[in-house]
Amino acid sequence: MRKAVVWGAIAVLGTWALAMVALARGETVNAVWVVIAAVCTYLIAYRCYGRFIAQRVVGLDPARPTPAHTRADGLDFVATDRRVLFGHHFAAIAGAGPLVGPVLAAQMGYLPGMLWILAGVVFAGAVQDFVILFVSMRREGRSLGELVRLEMGTAAGVIALFGTFLIMVIILAVLALIVVKALANSPWGLFTVAATVPLALLMGGYSRWVRPGRIGEVSLLGMVGLLLAIMFGRTVADSAALAPWFTVSAVQLCWILVGYGAIASLLPVWLLLAPRDYLSTFLKIGAILALAVGIVIVAPPLRMPAVTQFVHGGGPVWSGSLFPFLFITIACGAVSGFHALIASGTTPKLIANERDALFIGYGAMLAESMVAIMALIGASVIDPGVYFAMNSPAAVVGTDPASAARAVSAMGFAVTPATIAAVAHDVGEQTVISRAGGAPTLAVGMAQIFSQVIGGKALMAFWYHFAILFEALFILTAVDAGTRACRFMLQDLIGLAVPSFRNATGIVPALVGTASCVSAWGFILYQGVTDPLGGVNTLWPLFGISNQMLAAIALTLATVVLLRMKRQRYAWVTILPTAWLLVCTLTAGLLKLVSSDPKVGFLAHAARIGAAIARGEVLAPARSMADMRAIVWNDRVDAGLTVLFVAVVVAMVLFGLRAGLGALRADRPTVHELPGQAVGA
Amino acid sequence: MLRDMLAIVTAASRLMVGQSSYRAYCDHMAAHHPDAPVMDERAFFRSRQEARYGGRGGGRCC
Repeated sequence: MRKAVVWGAIAVLGTWALAMVALARGETVNAVWVVIAAVCTYLIAYRCYGRFIAQRVVGLDPARPTPAHTRADGLDFVATDRRVLFGHHFAAIAGAGPLVGPVLAAQMGYLPGMLWILAGVVFAGAVQDFVILFVSMRREGRSLGELVRLEMGTAAGVIALFGTFLIMVIILAVLALIVVKALANSPWGLFTVAATVPLALLMGGYSRWVRPGRIGEVSLLGMVGLLLAIMFGRTVADSAALAPWFTVSAVQLCWILVGYGAIASLLPVWLLLAPRDYLSTFLKIGAILALAVGIVIVAPPLRMPAVTQFVHGGGPVWSGSLFPFLFITIACGAVSGFHALIASGTTPKLIANERDALFIGYGAMLAESMVAIMALIGASVIDPGVYFAMNSPAAVVGTDPASAARAVSAMGFAVTPATIAAVAHDVGEQTVISRAGGAPTLAVGMAQIFSQVIGGKALMAFWYHFAILFEALFILTAVDAGTRACRFMLQDLIGLAVPSFRNATGIVPALVGTASCVSAWGFILYQGVTDPLGGVNTLWPLFGISNQMLAAIALTLATVVLLRMKRQRYAWVTILPTAWLLVCTLTAGLLKLVSSDPKVGFLAHAARIGAAIARGEVLAPARSMADMRAIVWNDRVDAGLTVLFVAVVVAMVLFGLRAGLGALRADRPTVHELPGQAVGA
Repeated sequence: MLRDMLAIVTAASRLMVGQSSYRAYCDHMAAHHPDAPVMDERAFFRSRQEARYGGRGGGRCC
């Protein structure tokens, strides 16, 4: 009875908060209402839908031993406390994605993004994470590629592996691009991020030889180093002698990152990767918690309108209308295919009891969704005029405050050049104009919130660079760890044809694998960096499409498994989100290919530039014929990638249909669950 | 109560960077492979580091 009252109260409060957010017109809404609406939605979804899936749809069985018991080895397979495992899983799934997507999506106002994040996570994202975790848990913690091969056949497995590799490459390029956008011509930012390399080397040495295993100790030392680096960064930026060393252009930064990625993926892991991972992981968790506390304490009003005119398309941050492009712009936080790789990675090998899978799979995704909501709030509390000045390409807003203020005011978001210049001054940067990519915008939002709690205006620049460092650090860790993972994926793929290539320790496969991966993402990164339209504009949709397509593949697998278990009564739970993702990604993919609007369609854009080349004209912002030809080439590469993604996902759905129909016709369950051998047997 | 919470936070933080429990490893070895050689804490730390970043199965999200 008391429970019913509590849940009733949560439902009423959540509905009230949602109504406050959605129905308030003409007056500003406080961010706290958004938080309340989100939290109530998560609680109710977990309690009702999550439990329904756990008990009825997949049928978790607390009596059935998990791989952590049947294959226990004290190393990879260890029965782990569910709270400890929740932290592990959350840290693995929460990255830059949920921070960037919502910031970009804020160009349509906060409401569309918020509603998609909430609906998406409840019905698609958390469902995917949880069901894939379940599927992997019932199969000795196998990886997504192996699961697809097991349930859908060898050919489907190879295609899934290939699709995953492509997605890795795009993700690495996009993440690196975000770092480039944040650090180009920012001596303070670049100095602090660069300082993490020697810092990590020191930490690596310390935990190798001095005090091995003392992670807390070495991380604490590292954190002190980081804070000193942020503070000293201002001195560097103000110094006439030092600043030029750390002021590099976007193109230079691109080459630095490519070189760094190659070296980092070949170095021994304890030297650079592991210590940097400590810093970035703990800083990430700490900053996310601090942001949550900050939002609640400061309770900032949302200054972005609920809905802007850009829902119909024509927005400067990214092109296209709300449907389908909003649903690929916000991937992580609503539904992210990449999580299927994590949910079939280390987590299923550590689950102590099947019952825990709901809390870990569904619950951690709800927590990540909350991160996305906070990022959306971060972008919506800053002046909309500043938001658009920061996120529009230079081709639209120019490069000085006067031109930016004019262009943004013309969009209908009144802002003065002084306001834009003041923001740059407050955060200790030369300029904030056209710093697309989400990270700098979120950093301004976070600096605003944090400085109202601690330090006021005086510490705003510190907080801005703290936020930039926090984002850049874990993006870079993702880049070097990702390059490594990507290299092994490629070695596995090549190993299908040349078995000796699978050898992870061989120097030739390592060099070939690394070189191919780095040149693949480096190529796309370079293209994004030199893109006169800003790169994020072009690459983020590709990333979104690829990520959502991986989600569609994972959910197709989940559906096949449900049908094989003879639970077709409940298969709608995974079929509905699969169908929605297919509709969004295929529409977006086709629009990117065939739309006649050069702002949306890659080929239409190539045709427009091509026609100008034929006339001998150079269209701004390109500066030369070589630029123009580069743009055409980029457009064709992007179109080619889109075709590949569409082909991969269509093939997977056909394989899924074949496997699913076969399972329906069978008169008994046809799953390939691996019961596992009891230890000692 | 407070000590329990601290233990959970510590264990979760270590697992976030790939370090599973050394004690669980020792318990497992004692229970199932009493005659097999057991890694010392330093070797265990390094083996977990290799397992996390060595490539397969690792990785994290965008």
